[in-house]
Formats: sequence, C-alpha cells, structure tokens
Amino acid sequence: MDMNGGQALIKALELEGVEVIFGLPGGCILPVYDPLLDSPLRHILVRHEQGAGHMAEGYAHVTGRPGVAMVTSGPAATNIVTPLCDAYMDSIPMVVITGQVPTGAIGTDAFQECDTIGITRSVTKHNELVTSAQDIPRAVREAFHIATTGRPGPVLLDIPKDIVDPKNPNSAMNWHWPTDQEVRDGLPGYKPNMKGHPRKIREAAELILASDRPVIYAGGGILKARAAEALKELAELCDIHVVTTLMARGSFPDDHPLCLGMPGMHGNYSAVTSMQRSDLLIALGSRFDDRITGRVGAFAPEAKIIHVDIDPAELGKVRRPDVPIVGDCRLVIEELIGAIRHLLDGGAAFPERSPWKQTISGWQEKHPLSYKQSEPGDALKPQFVLEQLRDNTPDDCIVASGVGQHQMWTSQYWKFNHPYTWVNSGGLGTMGFAVPAAIGAKVGRPDAMVWAVDGDGCFQMTAQELVTAAAERIPVKIAILNNAYLGMVRQWQEMFYEERYSEVYLSPDLPDYKLWAEAMGCVGMRVEAPEEVESAIQKANEIDDRPVVIEFRTDSSEKVFPMVPAGMSNDDIITDPALGEGFVQ
Amino acid sequence: MTMPNKHHILSVTVVNKAGVLARLSGLFARRAFNIYSLAVAPTEDERYSRITIVVDVESTPLEQITKQLFKLIDVVKITELDPSDAVERELLLVTAEAPPAVRSQIIELVDVFEGRILNVGHERLTMSLEGHPDKLDDFEELLRPYGIVELQRTGRVALPKIDNSAARLRAVKNA
Repeated sequence: MDMNGGQALIKALELEGVEVIFGLPGGCILPVYDPLLDSPLRHILVRHEQGAGHMAEGYAHVTGRPGVAMVTSGPAATNIVTPLCDAYMDSIPMVVITGQVPTGAIGTDAFQECDTIGITRSVTKHNELVTSAQDIPRAVREAFHIATTGRPGPVLLDIPKDIVDPKNPNSAMNWHWPTDQEVRDGLPGYKPNMKGHPRKIREAAELILASDRPVIYAGGGILKARAAEALKELAELCDIHVVTTLMARGSFPDDHPLCLGMPGMHGNYSAVTSMQRSDLLIALGSRFDDRITGRVGAFAPEAKIIHVDIDPAELGKVRRPDVPIVGDCRLVIEELIGAIRHLLDGGAAFPERSPWKQTISGWQEKHPLSYKQSEPGDALKPQFVLEQLRDNTPDDCIVASGVGQHQMWTSQYWKFNHPYTWVNSGGLGTMGFAVPAAIGAKVGRPDAMVWAVDGDGCFQMTAQELVTAAAERIPVKIAILNNAYLGMVRQWQEMFYEERYSEVYLSPDLPDYKLWAEAMGCVGMRVEAPEEVESAIQKANEIDDRPVVIEFRTDSSEKVFPMVPAGMSNDDIITDPALGEGFVQ
Repeated sequence: MTMPNKHHILSVTVVNKAGVLARLSGLFARRAFNIYSLAVAPTEDERYSRITIVVDVESTPLEQITKQLFKLIDVVKITELDPSDAVERELLLVTAEAPPAVRSQIIELVDVFEGRILNVGHERLTMSLEGHPDKLDDFEELLRPYGIVELQRTGRVALPKIDNSAARLRAVKNA
C-alpha cells in the first residue's frame, strides 16, 4: 500500500493534464482537499456549486479541454445537476467529482447523503460510484476518456469518503496508472466511430454535385470536432452558403461572403429561408433541434438531407436523412472534400447555381436585421448596445451570454469571426449561465478579453460568482441589458397571451446593480444615454485587475425579431416588428 | 397474458456491473414505454450479462430507443430478435384450485403440456411449465376455469436460431 485514495485522485487529475479545478469543499470531499494543498493544481473557490459547473463548462467551451469541478455530497451534488444537464445537452466535455458518504453509510439517509448516481444518470454521458480506492486511477482515466471522445459530454465520479480518507483503512491502495489498452479493454461497449463510411461519403459527394440549391447547416459538432478549417475548405470548394446554428456561431466566420448567420426561431430571414427553400441540406454536427426546424413536417420540404454526426442516435431522430454518415465531423468533411475533388477531377462539375445565389443575395438585401433607433431621452435599444460592444472590442473577443432576449440579440448582432469565441447555453437554456461561464472562459483563456452579455433576470441568478472573480482576480466584464423584465417571457406574453403580463416585471432599480457590483469587489457603472455607451465600454476594456459590471438601461418593449412562433412553419417567419405587434397565435 | 401485437424482443449484452439495469430501464421510463417482460442473467462470459427485453412499441420509437441504449457505455451489443428467427423460452409457476373432484383433470392437463407438479395440498396444486411463451399462454388459459390462486412467469429469454443466426438489428439498419 503506497498511497491513499485522496492522493491518488489528485495525482490522477494531474496526470490527465488538468490545470484548474472549480469547486467548493464540504464534509465528504474534505479528504481530497487536503492533498490538494500539496498539488500544483489551481483551485478556484466558487460561491455556489452551480457556479463551479458552469465555470467548468465555460472553460471547456473556449479551450476544448475538459472542465473539472469538484464538490461535496448531498446538496452540493444536487446543486451541480443543472450544469451537468446543460453540458449534456450541449455536448461539453466535463468531469465532475462529488463526495459521497462513506460506503458503509450509503443508503442509510446519512447526513448530506443523496443518490447522486441515480439523480445524475440521465444528465451525464456516464457516471460511476467508485467503491474502492484501488479503482480511483482507472475511474479517472475512463472518465476523461469518455468525456472527451466520441460525442463529448459530462462524466461524474461519486467518491465515498472512506476510500479517500487516510484515517480509514479503506483508503489504502497501490498506485497503478492504466495504459491506453487497459482503458479500452475496460470499456468493451464504448467504441466511437470516427471515420465515415466510404460509400456514404461518395453518395454525399454525388448529391452535392447534383444540387442546385444546397445549404450547409453547421452545428456545434463542427466546434467539438475542431473542424472549422475543414468546413471553410468545403464551403469554398463547393461555393455553398453556410448557416451557423446558435451552438456553431464562430465555426464559420460571419464576415465570410458565404456565411448566412444564424437560422432558427430568431434566425435572420436569409438563413431561415435559404434552408427552407434548399434542395439539399448538408447537416454537419447539427441535430435538427426544434428551435431550428420550427414545425418539423413543414421544414425544408424539398431538401434532401446529408446528415453527418458522431452520434448515431442523431441520424433519423427528427428527420430521416437521405445520406446518413456516422463519424467525426472533421474527418468526414476531409473525406468528403477528397471525394468531391475526385469527382471534379473525373470531369464532373457543379450545376449553374447563380440563380440560387442571386435569390439569396436578394433576401439579404430585402431582409437585413434591423431595429428602430431610440428617440432622444428614451431608454437604450439593446441592439444598439450590442453593436457598440461588438465594435469596441477586439475581433477575437470571447463573449458569453445567459438565456433569453439578450442571448438572441448577441447571437444576431455580434460578428463571430473566430471559433471558440461564443459561450452560451443552447440546448438547456440555463438562465444564469453567463457570469460563471465567462469566468471559466477567462480562466481558460487569460490572454483573451472576455465579456458576458447578461439580462437582469439572468444576472440575479448567479451574480454571486463575481465575488469569486474579484477574489481570484479574474477580470471578466459583464454587460447587463437591464430592461426590468424577464424579457423573453414578456415578449411571449405580449405576442401570444394578449399582453397579459403575468409575473415578469423585475424593476429597473431593485437591486441597484452598480452598488451590488461594487459590493462584490467589481467596478460598477450605469449607462442610460446612447452617447455614454462607447466611453463606458472603453473604460471597462482598460480595467484588467478586477471584474467590471456595466448596467445598460434598455427599452423594455423591444422584442427579438425575426421570429418563427413556436410550433409554426419557418415559412411563417415574422420579420417586421410592426407585424409582430399584437400578434396572436 | 397474451402478447402485445407490436412487440419487439431486444437481446442486450451488457457489462456485468452494478447499476446497468437502472440505466437501461431509465431510458424506457423516460419515454413512458412499458417493458412487457425482462430477464437478466449472466452469460457464458462472466464479464457480461444478457438482458432480454420484450417491449410493445412501434418500430420508429424503438429505433431511437435502441440507439440510445447503445449509447450507454456499459451496453456492448444489442440484437433485435425476430420471433420467427429466435428460440424463445419462459418458465411459469402456478398454484391453482384443485379439489379432489377436478384434480385428475388438472394433472392430465399438466401431462399434456409436459409440465410438472411441484407441490400438492388438500385443495391446491403448484405446477411448473417451461416452454415457448405461446405454450405458456395456452396452458394458463386452459387452467384459468379451475381457479388460479397465484401465478408467476419469468419473462422470456431468447437466442437466435442457429440455422439463421445472423444478428438482426432491424430497427437500426436503415439509419
């Protein structure tokens, strides 16, 4: 017996290349926090376990490496369920370590006991109750392997106290670090398929060469597979327009002439309609989410579908593909480029697509994103604030957002020209994601400027993590678009519930965001006039030793357009805010 | 106890460790699919268990659930068995009312079905019957008029037929 379980856990994390753990100690995880003192691993002490989870997600979003969070048992474990589910929905690689009551006490309703494995089973890619100290290195290796390969996702390890506590004989173990082969042998049911099927690749290439109106429908899988370069090569080789979903913003540069931007419920008209009218959708790492398709039966009715995904369960889940390809997006795109080149070399040619391209540019001219500037003395337009923020930050600035109107405006108005610069909660739609995710992103990319765009409703859910950021000197910048409402809910009540506003008003002054920010050790500012916006942003950009919070007082009545109302066809897209007034489904 | 019409038999090979059954049944529960019968036991290889599940669903949701099952790290293999290409067996235990007046009729029935009498009381008999689930259905039906006190079936276990043993994953082969 040359080691105890707690030491083994820390050593295993070090060997996995972990550089930072987001966490908060407590009773059952205490024995692991002790050897942490002797480790070079950085630990960031959060103020709430949900914050630890979202920070780990933000870190993983921008670095591509798995985020690690460590918390204790019971309430700490339940507090991190939301980030686990968020990471599961958005395929974020994450390893969460939870303390558990000693093995002998499991099932006795012990203090701070909960069935963590049972509770998190459906929101993790995998989880394991580690029952012996000897198993710890293997469990950690498997967790990182599973979290980061195939379709990435969160993995949870539940660690009973006795197997990590040096005072308990159950913690004694002999160190053994499993080899790659041992890891593979230990997981006989886990073999992600990486390379596409050659016949399917050929079929896809033939479809692309026969298509008059193709559109590339790029999803978050492009970023997970580090396939942005390959995507660009494919789009340029075939001269095909690309839409980038909410999870894929930045995977194809917004300033590229072939980029159509975001499709979906609040997508721009050209992105939505080009998919709707296409005869071929090349879905790459995307999953036909209901926010993209609108009413599924009416979605892209004339389009054939090439669907590439590393997760076989996505193929045919929503729309049956004509060519399904299971594989890693980067490898499959590269194989597809090769197959297309081969056909072109053999004399094949793309059809004449100028009518389609003219149609698209016609849409772009006729239906650009637009909003009405505010009248002097009125509240700020949120879109104006976002344009100012976009134009006064570096091109590769990382931006995180919460969930709601501000998220949609950010995705619409920001110019994402680089991959891994957009951090948001897409699938689960977790309000309160922005502040902790931005902190995690800044920890992962200390060289980059990190802004969070948040709503006033979201900010109130997780703002306490700015105390963490101030204490740890993590200089994130937060822009609160304070419209005094749960804005997206208000928008739906206005449009679909006959302006009957039920429990959506939050007040612009309560809390006082400037004072709150200052109380948390941040610089706080309040901006109410358009001419103050740019200088406030510039001032925030210059502060690099603590977090900054700017509260922008924005127009409560402003709504997100375009909009495809839930359950309706993408053909029914509402572009003109005037048409949205008093709209009743 | 007659079989549902749209039934499918899934034979799932899983890693033999704690919690696997909960992961698997959780996927069915999430979609409110009822598991008609389920049998779990070790296989010839002690590292693995085989779970035989009979579910009553349309093919399309079954395809999705099969794919989701396969995403479970501990699931090694899934075979959907076509009843016409599979050997299926099930065990039934039943205690029935058997007063002396009808006891010989019941014993005759057990003989015809090649079942066994396991326990004899003054007024009751406990019997076992092994065989194809359809045979068990028939036996149960014929025994019912005498009065069934308690009945327990194991749920089916199945293996592909040897002369046509190609693994069939009908539900997922198209996607």
